[in-house]
Amino acid sequence: MKVGVLDYGVGNLGSVMRALEELQATPLFISRAVDIHDADCLILPGVGHFADCARLLEDGGWSSALRDEVLGNNRPLLGVCVGMQLLATYSMEGVDESYPNGILGLDLVPGMVEHLRVMGCPLRVPHVGWNSIKCVAPIPSLLDGISDGTDFYFVHSYAFNAKNPSDVIATVDYGVEVAAAIQHANIWGTQFHPEKSSRAGLRILQNFIFKNLC
Amino acid sequence: MLKVRVIPTLLWKQFGLVKGVGFDSWRRVGPVLPAVKVYNQREVDELILVDIVAHLSSDDPDFESINEFGQDCFVPLTVGGGVSRIDQVQRLLRAGADKVCVNTFIYERPLLVSEIANRHGVQCVVASIDVRSDPDMGWQCFSRAGKQATGREVCAWARELEDRGAGEILITSIDRDGTLQGYDLALIETVVNAVKIPVIASGGAGTYQHMVEAVKYAGASAVAAASMFHFTEQTPAGAKLALAQANIPVRQNFVPAGAT
Repeated sequence: MKVGVLDYGVGNLGSVMRALEELQATPLFISRAVDIHDADCLILPGVGHFADCARLLEDGGWSSALRDEVLGNNRPLLGVCVGMQLLATYSMEGVDESYPNGILGLDLVPGMVEHLRVMGCPLRVPHVGWNSIKCVAPIPSLLDGISDGTDFYFVHSYAFNAKNPSDVIATVDYGVEVAAAIQHANIWGTQFHPEKSSRAGLRILQNFIFKNLC
Repeated sequence: MLKVRVIPTLLWKQFGLVKGVGFDSWRRVGPVLPAVKVYNQREVDELILVDIVAHLSSDDPDFESINEFGQDCFVPLTVGGGVSRIDQVQRLLRAGADKVCVNTFIYERPLLVSEIANRHGVQCVVASIDVRSDPDMGWQCFSRAGKQATGREVCAWARELEDRGAGEILITSIDRDGTLQGYDLALIETVVNAVKIPVIASGGAGTYQHMVEAVKYAGASAVAAASMFHFTEQTPAGAKLALAQANIPVRQNFVPAGAT
């Protein structure tokens, strides 16, 4: 199984590649948008600033290539952390005088990305560390084998506010309940880092790659 | 509920792990790679890996070694030492780092913190602050592995780093470092109260009880330790058990659903 990891200029690519190798998948660094068709499924990695990432995706031709591949060819896509947030319609991260109404995302999963404080979080931000997720029944295949209350590694200041509540497949409580994982047809996202969530995280990646999702 | 993290700190110099007392008298501890592997197998919450001599040279961080050290690490890995430019951050992330730790060079150019935050996100920047107690200002910040006084007071510096985009503060008491006598709780509490981002307590942990105190009495979001794990029988798993017994939430290792 060839898993394309989008190398658009940001992201903890080393960690993602290693996790895929550990699972005996074949990771492909995709560093040009035109090569996106070479993979069986795609991962949009995290660790980045939304506005900067969105610009890199647009400038590198990734946005249209991703939409074609995911919507046109039904290619499974997993967005991780800011990679999940980039699936949204728009984000408030990076908003300034020139973009007062939000930065456009890929618009693959309807929703907006907001700061945790704006969403009502009274705790220290960023939300850093291991936190337990609550699966929304019935257990979707991405979360197969994951019990309610399993801890995953989160590190984020913004969160995904899905327009359709049914797109949220797991939540996490950090003073406010936010989306921990989402699904919209063949598009998946995790706010946490599966590649850095030890065995629980590897299980998620394994589900994505091998459980008929790809 | 968010769990309190127990973080082994791995300091390395040239070819191996080292640990000192008061940022001095460095002892060799052993090779880096097996240590990272063992901690990964035991599912520690996170690792901090710092090259303590990288700031002495104008060369880039040793990406190749970091790449090697991180090869079997499936828990978050924060890498520091000699980070002076934004382009080095992307290379560290490619080499297997998940967050970067900055220290010496941000005193010279604090803007580096904002640059990293604006490209890789606030959550990618761990600002490391090393301090000594100071009769005039409470605690003074030191750069260059504790060698260089900066004239900066710890709270003002921590707040400035938070404003510039740091996602976490790693606060280390040089006075307590390697002593196993316990964290400087007053220092940690002061920094915790000065900022609204998570604070990692460091410097002086010698027993599980010290970690409990850093969380319960000083408000640390995470506790880091080196000598305690290198030179005593105590382990991160033991620390988490002790924290749990003190009613502090800690991560349990993963058990697949349906497994017996």
